[in-house]
Amino acid sequence: MAGSDSAGASRQSPAPAEEERAVASVRGVEVVVSLLLAAFAALMAHDNWKSGAGWASDGPKAGYFPFYLSLLLGAASVYGLVKAILHRAGAGSPFVNRDQLRRVMQVLVPTFLFCLFTQWLGLYVASFLLIAGFMRWVGEIAWWKSVLTSLLFAVAMFVTFDIAFDVIMPKGPLEALLGF
Amino acid sequence: MEALGLLLHGFEVLLTFKTLSLMIVGLVLGIFVGVLPGLGGPNGVAILLPLTFTMDPTSAIVMLSCIYWGALFGGAITSILFNIPGEAWSVATTFDGYPMAQQGKAAEALTAAFTSSFIGSLVAVLLITFLAPGIASFALRFGPPEFFAVYFLTFCSFVGLGREEKHKTIISMSLGLLLTGIGMDTVSGQLRMTFGSDNLLRGINFLVAVIGLFGISEILLTMEERLALRGHAAAISPRVVLRVWKDLPRYWVTLLRSSAIGCWLGITPGGAIAASFMGYNLAKRFSKHKESFGKGRIEGVFAPETAAHASGTSALLPMLALGIPGSGTAAILLGGLMVWGLNPGPLLFVEHKDFVWGLIASMYLGNIVGLVMVLSTVPVFAAVLRVPFAAIAPMIVVSCAVGAFAIQNAMFDIWLMLLFGVVGYVFKKIGIPLAPLTLALVLGNRAEDSFRLSMIGSGGDLRVFWSNGLVGSISTLALVLLFWPAISGGFGRLREMLVGAKS
Repeated sequence: MAGSDSAGASRQSPAPAEEERAVASVRGVEVVVSLLLAAFAALMAHDNWKSGAGWASDGPKAGYFPFYLSLLLGAASVYGLVKAILHRAGAGSPFVNRDQLRRVMQVLVPTFLFCLFTQWLGLYVASFLLIAGFMRWVGEIAWWKSVLTSLLFAVAMFVTFDIAFDVIMPKGPLEALLGF
Repeated sequence: MEALGLLLHGFEVLLTFKTLSLMIVGLVLGIFVGVLPGLGGPNGVAILLPLTFTMDPTSAIVMLSCIYWGALFGGAITSILFNIPGEAWSVATTFDGYPMAQQGKAAEALTAAFTSSFIGSLVAVLLITFLAPGIASFALRFGPPEFFAVYFLTFCSFVGLGREEKHKTIISMSLGLLLTGIGMDTVSGQLRMTFGSDNLLRGINFLVAVIGLFGISEILLTMEERLALRGHAAAISPRVVLRVWKDLPRYWVTLLRSSAIGCWLGITPGGAIAASFMGYNLAKRFSKHKESFGKGRIEGVFAPETAAHASGTSALLPMLALGIPGSGTAAILLGGLMVWGLNPGPLLFVEHKDFVWGLIASMYLGNIVGLVMVLSTVPVFAAVLRVPFAAIAPMIVVSCAVGAFAIQNAMFDIWLMLLFGVVGYVFKKIGIPLAPLTLALVLGNRAEDSFRLSMIGSGGDLRVFWSNGLVGSISTLALVLLFWPAISGGFGRLREMLVGAKS
């Protein structure tokens, strides 16, 4: 009941038909995921076969347990694949529409960039950029609020983790400059 | 009453200034985590776990379990004030809780929710106090075959009793078991499935996977749904609290019934969600005012909240006594225990008495302190929801990354978290359940070890799993549960045939 309510609320704003068009159907995604899982299972089965899926003198070899698991995973994914292809009912239900996909990308892409920047600039600078950027461009919040919030957050994180709890995070040139 | 003495000792361990302040910090963080959309019990505990790495195990577990209690309390706030269940098991709370808020009785609904949560947890903690030591000492007799049989039983009950399509549960579970196998094989020391990568050598850490699967994917889902938060304001005055409490004895049957359902379903894996719905439905069925349910009846808040919390708490019983988590969050707490070098299971009660009883005592204390805290601070936490999501979302992403990195100090883990985030998002959308995957990631290595040890012991004879009455009955029960849908279907048909033959 709660679900239908909130879904109803989100659909209230009139969106052009183009925005509501599905980018992928649930069935299509199920087929792709099943194929990927089956391929993964095959890869794992091959590797475990190589490391030994049989018996040694002292019991099952290292690959024994995972080998049979990959067979199980493979079988279940193939079953899912066949079922997704044959199953007609509900075939048209959308996995995600254009508007939704755009919003998902609005988080996914910045998160990806954040991970990338963490490698070079350290976690604190990257998180400052992520929060300030996200608030400014996605949330359309005023510049000074975005910068101030993210600055406070990054400093608070630094104090909590690196100083108070002794949990060391990746650092970059800025921290080196400040002597940490 | 050995348990009572040990419990008192547990309280002694707890009653230091440091532990008590950690408890309050944990509760505050937990309520935050429970209130924020896109975060909940399991990921909250997973993300905050790194904070505890440098503490001693007792302080750490006290803080973590308080985060858990806090998250449980926090879930009710969003359900009632905003009609958004913070957790899957708070869904049933919205049925009557939100209408009550609409009628201006938000304070009553919240008081009812918090009080019944408290009662539910209390019943479950009492159960843990008196049952867990017994179960643990019984389980001390377990050898590898028995343990494997118990793990097998856990997996089978997920497949057989889960509501999802069976092959999807199997996919989720076998994927999890496979992923735990990556890295160094603990029995032979051989490397497997690493494909020559140094990063895979360490294996896939369970917490990294959980942070991605629940934290990141939940942010993606929340963005996709574009939640508009419009809630009711509420402040709880002492008068309202007393009024609700005065009425409480009238609902003792509902409270007792829901507690019993919760405890039972909590011990069997994956039960909290089912428990809250069952508690609600049964309260409705036995009520004299069926039609008023769903329109803001206080009983409709009491019933699901009591059941959900009883089951959320009793899920810790099998974790402590057997090393098998009864819920996702219990699984993460179990992962935490292993980080501190504690081996959950029956031996814990013998080797780490201080720790176990400190934890159980913290359940009592944490719940009492938590109740007082939520009752007095609701307006503050409700205000958190008015902070724009565009500010909260990136902060959650950063917290997830911090959590993922801190576990092994590896940048690779941050990438892995992102990957699991996307996987979790896709899986949730096509109906592949994540709970079996989580469970498999936690139990995978232990299940494999016990399987291989029993195979070594028996010389490869599978009959070892039926070699004595104990292990035999557990294994048989596991198979019955695995094929439960087929068996119950068969019985149904048999009965139909018999009835048909009679008439």
